[in-house]
Amino acid sequence: MLVDLPGFADPVRDAQACFRTVLAAMARPGTVHQAGEHLAPPAGLHRATAAVLLTLVDGETSLHVTDGFEVARDWIGFHCDMRAATAGHARFVLAERMVDLAALAAGSDEAPEESATLILQLPELQTGTSYLLDGPGLAHPAPFRARGLGEGFVAAWAANRARFPCGVDLILCSGTQVAALPRSLRITEG
Amino acid sequence: MTEPAAESPTAIAARQGWMRVLARAGLDELAGALAACPALPDHLVLRGPQTGLVMLRGRAGGGGAAFNLGEMTVTRCTVRSAGGQIGHASIAGRDGARAELAARIDAALQDPSLHEVFTARLVAPLRAAQEARTAADARRAAATQVQFFTMATMRS
Repeated sequence: MLVDLPGFADPVRDAQACFRTVLAAMARPGTVHQAGEHLAPPAGLHRATAAVLLTLVDGETSLHVTDGFEVARDWIGFHCDMRAATAGHARFVLAERMVDLAALAAGSDEAPEESATLILQLPELQTGTSYLLDGPGLAHPAPFRARGLGEGFVAAWAANRARFPCGVDLILCSGTQVAALPRSLRITEG
Repeated sequence: MTEPAAESPTAIAARQGWMRVLARAGLDELAGALAACPALPDHLVLRGPQTGLVMLRGRAGGGGAAFNLGEMTVTRCTVRSAGGQIGHASIAGRDGARAELAARIDAALQDPSLHEVFTARLVAPLRAAQEARTAADARRAAATQVQFFTMATMRS
């Protein structure tokens, strides 16, 4: 293993700031926030994705890294103390393409917090396919645009929403931008 | 000089050997020994220094089952030196400066152009001092040792 790039310059403060950002993104679904501007992650990993991983993943959470992060895998393992798990059991899943939401841990009715959070790295936010978001955190239905969520996303999300309070939460990262789609959200194409 | 391949068992054992010496040396000892060496290369901190707890496990009794002895404070640090070598250090206690210095020296020891001078002027004297300390402790302890003999042994 050869890791030659640093993580957060100030791990405690930077992780707290990024956690606040993710919290805000979750509380106001679809809003776009900035994260990881000062990071220099390895090839294949966007700065926002790296910041979210450094913030949320540690030795006590499990992470599943899907194919496509070969260069970054060692960096993630080193800086996040990564505990690897299969896609169906991991608390966090990192992917570049939409994965089958039904195959990820959804939690149980007694412990819905034991579900997976999918960290999805997209080519672009704020451009591409238009969606309409509605649900907790939004006073009115709000437009949202993202590129790379895939063809069957709205249907897959409806199935995910139907399992509430179980289900998967989604954090979208692109460049230095972060947005979140919590499981309580209703998404239609618009 | 003949540097063994980085991943060979002898190279790993050699590196473990000097990392052990660096981890046991105090900050003053490291700084004192460095005065006799060429300047350390510039470095970039990759991780830490960060302090955490490590569970120490022990074995006792005939069964030999492992038990948790207690937790120990450990500080670790990883640096990349200007030559591209990655240095690691894990030391007992909370002294971040000491961990960072030990990691920088570990990186320097992996640099073929610095390896010999750092081994001769820094690792060797520290190792000798540590071995002398251990031997002195062992002698002091040996003086207090009590030998138990069973009746069977005494009769024979």
